[in-house]
Amino acid sequence: MKTPLRLLAVLILVGALITWAATGANRGWTKTSEPVKTMDDVTGIEGITYQKRFAPGLDFLGAGLLVASVLTGVSFLFRKNQTNNPS
Amino acid sequence: MKSKFITLFASTIITGAALAAPLTFDFKDPKGVNNAVFKLDAPLEAINGSGNGITGTVTFDPANPAATKGKIILAAESLTVPNPMMKGHLHSPMWMDVAANKEITFDAKELKNVKTVGDKTTADAVGTLTIKGIAKEVTTPVSLTYLKGKLGQRVPNMNGDLLVIRANFAIKRSDYGINPKAPEEKVSDTIDLTLSIAGAATK
Repeated sequence: MKTPLRLLAVLILVGALITWAATGANRGWTKTSEPVKTMDDVTGIEGITYQKRFAPGLDFLGAGLLVASVLTGVSFLFRKNQTNNPS
Repeated sequence: MKSKFITLFASTIITGAALAAPLTFDFKDPKGVNNAVFKLDAPLEAINGSGNGITGTVTFDPANPAATKGKIILAAESLTVPNPMMKGHLHSPMWMDVAANKEITFDAKELKNVKTVGDKTTADAVGTLTIKGIAKEVTTPVSLTYLKGKLGQRVPNMNGDLLVIRANFAIKRSDYGINPKAPEEKVSDTIDLTLSIAGAATK
């Protein structure tokens, strides 16, 4: 049980890191929408609309790290597999 | 002959009065481009967002821009930031309390230091800014650009004029009771506001 839990912890941490990096490495809070600016040709006003886009931030990385740490901590509660060594 | 002269005289007066009359511009934008942007730049965190629920009317006389008056309203519910949890906090009673205070208003009473070059007027607008039910007198630099006959280019099948208003100014979060106890290293007390709006006067 010890090894699977630690493997899962590594997977979660690496997965969170890859997801964060692949979606633009946003160093702010997680965003579920992005502002899109459009220029009105007649008035010259820059309009702002929000487009749905998931951009995980540092809080997402933090959550990944927390879950991985908890799983690693829990893994220490399990003992090593005892190998029967009849003498 | 006398009656013809009176008719001509009267029509000249009426036409002249109509030409000189101030125009009323409606700022409910059918294209939804009008917006107010807010920025809070604290040492640890920057918060940027906007609101586009703008309505209101402004009375503008091209022959006398100094007489401009009006009221611009921003629906508090339209305030948006990209983070959903932050948006929830922004709308909550501790911050903007949008359920109880549905409107942010600026009631312009007079323009000072008015300078007009061509179709562009710059001035200092004096008025009452009401946020979260707290009204304070503010003076903000504004620019007004009068675009005569340009409404049809923006909204098909409509004739009239456009008035573009831009304003940049800063307010104190604590002055308007917007979570005044929030730590300033995380949420700046200074809110930078940028208003970019266009109003239409149909003919």
